[in-house]
Amino acid sequence: MNKFLVCDRASVPGELPRGSAPLFGFARLLRRFGFAIAPEQAIAFMQAVTLLGPRSMDDIRRSAVATFAPAPERRVEFDALFESWFHGEARVSIEGEGQDEDEPQIKDDSDTAEEETGPVQEETGGELTSGTEQLSIRAFANDGLRLDTLERKLGSALPWRRSFRTVRTATGKNLDIRRSMRKILSADGDIPSPQLRRRQQVPRRLLLLLDVSGSMKLHTEDYLKVAYAAVQGTARAEVFCFGTRLTRLTSALRIRNRDQALAQAAALVEDWDGGTRIGGTLLAFLSVPRFSAFARGAVVVILSDALERGEPTEMETAFRRFAASAHRLSLATPLAGDPRFRPETEALRAILPMLDDLVDGSSVAGLTKFLLSLGRAAPHFQTMPGRGH
Amino acid sequence: MAHGVDAMAISPDAVMSRLAGLHYLADDSLATAIFLAIRLGKPLLLEGAPGVGKTEAAKAVAEALDRDLVRLQCYEGIDAAHALYEWNYQRQLLAIRQSGDAEIDIYGDRFLIARPLLQVLQAPEQRVLLVDEIDRSDHEFEALLLEFLSDFQISIPERGTICATARPLVVLTSNRNRELAEALRRRCVYHWIGYPDAEREAAIIMARAGDVARETARAVADAVRDIRARPLAKPPGIAEAIEWANAATILEKGGSPWPEAFRRAIGVLIKDEEDVHHIEPEMGRIIEAAMS
Repeated sequence: MNKFLVCDRASVPGELPRGSAPLFGFARLLRRFGFAIAPEQAIAFMQAVTLLGPRSMDDIRRSAVATFAPAPERRVEFDALFESWFHGEARVSIEGEGQDEDEPQIKDDSDTAEEETGPVQEETGGELTSGTEQLSIRAFANDGLRLDTLERKLGSALPWRRSFRTVRTATGKNLDIRRSMRKILSADGDIPSPQLRRRQQVPRRLLLLLDVSGSMKLHTEDYLKVAYAAVQGTARAEVFCFGTRLTRLTSALRIRNRDQALAQAAALVEDWDGGTRIGGTLLAFLSVPRFSAFARGAVVVILSDALERGEPTEMETAFRRFAASAHRLSLATPLAGDPRFRPETEALRAILPMLDDLVDGSSVAGLTKFLLSLGRAAPHFQTMPGRGH
Repeated sequence: MAHGVDAMAISPDAVMSRLAGLHYLADDSLATAIFLAIRLGKPLLLEGAPGVGKTEAAKAVAEALDRDLVRLQCYEGIDAAHALYEWNYQRQLLAIRQSGDAEIDIYGDRFLIARPLLQVLQAPEQRVLLVDEIDRSDHEFEALLLEFLSDFQISIPERGTICATARPLVVLTSNRNRELAEALRRRCVYHWIGYPDAEREAAIIMARAGDVARETARAVADAVRDIRARPLAKPPGIAEAIEWANAATILEKGGSPWPEAFRRAIGVLIKDEEDVHHIEPEMGRIIEAAMS
């Protein structure tokens, strides 16, 4: 989908020296397009331009990048706005145009509003609308209780790890010398009972990766509901969905109102019921350091039928990398709902040795039960479908 | 303004040539960002993939300015006691015991352990403070740092507020393992360091490696560029490329013919078993293409 920006140079601020008006105007333009630009950054931009001469437009561009600090994923948009403003191009394509079709697109929702009362994005047609309409006609009723239970219990059901932070404790053998000393000083040198500490226990992160391709059409709504309950149930859940693209849904699903959250999440996803490029999109996920950090030491659950359209080698590489960094790697596939299911495709056979769990992902009941059992050890290798004799 | 700063921060070109003299080859954009950070008196935030030379940039800037470098390595769980100051509790306790009835000041200088941030504030001369891998620390620590970066002062409840004698030049680095707060980005001059093009990388290898021929440096730069384009778990950084060129040269001098020397030294370039497994079948072709 292409978006076009129309930049209006007429609305520059008044009461400024003539030469500086376009520079402040650029800061205002950035704000209008969602960049968080503080007044001191606009001032620093002016100072930087003055310091550099400027000798050329490159100096102005470098000053802008250095002082406005655009995030790397918004750099293309930033550059397009710069071109538009300073080179007088009225219309600049900033998204979608000229992108390599084979390159998975990544969409991060970290800039979306997290307020509960935020306006729901309206869809005007095409795939987005059809995706949302499907959400609205599917029934929510039967699984409500299970999802409520998941939301309530997930926080304590995840496996735990020891943090590097310490907390006070009544028993143990690690002396908290800082607190003990303070206590001694406040007691005028008397030696009270020693203060002890231990390393804090924190729940591991839960990373859910939802497949929204055409072959998963019947299950995507259930997966979104489960993901919503997970995000509401623990602050340590991260949700992404993938088809031909990769989209981060966590912020949208944090909205307290479920209907709004689901609608917001549905609006973010641009590749509902499309093709699948599991390996490519998962590798794209792992190539973004901020995203791959979510998988490190986490419980990673991939909800997909794992029916790869492309070469299985990419998928195998992606799963191997997930297995190497995650605490536990699970695949929930709706195909496992059939007792006759055997993982016999080339891709499934390749990834099987890397999985800790291969579970039934065909129903909300199965998924919630599985997520609430993550605190317990993974089942024995031989009990997994296709591994036993 | 101090002499070292006067000599360096005249223009981005001056920064670039000064750093080049120290074998750190900065491009126009990085030199501009360093120049602006020095002249605007703002911290410099360097982001980029691991191994592109962020920490080296801070070291080179400190050397170019002829300033001492104080390094604060961040990690999960780092807190004020590790970054600002801590009281030497054992020594305080001993002093209380030894003093008997006499009154002692247990908050004197001899009981104060200055951590990196306090060290740069107390230093009589300007220092360069490197806050390395800020993205590894917690959000709380980032907030603590905001306070320090905005006022360059620390409040110690028992002692009062300690202000900077000479405002330090701060360089923060991040591998983007997590998103930094907007408030932090706002306070800094920002620069994203990407991988250099093959020509610049060859020049960096020539400048940093010990005894590497120009052709070897070019071949290494081309091969590394090709390798980075592949879906690796840990793409090699510039430091690895330099090590590879060095290692291959040593092996070649020890009697290994060229393509074989590159192949045998692959362990210093790629340090992930899975990546080695992935790239090994194609190494012959990659090296051949790079050497042609």
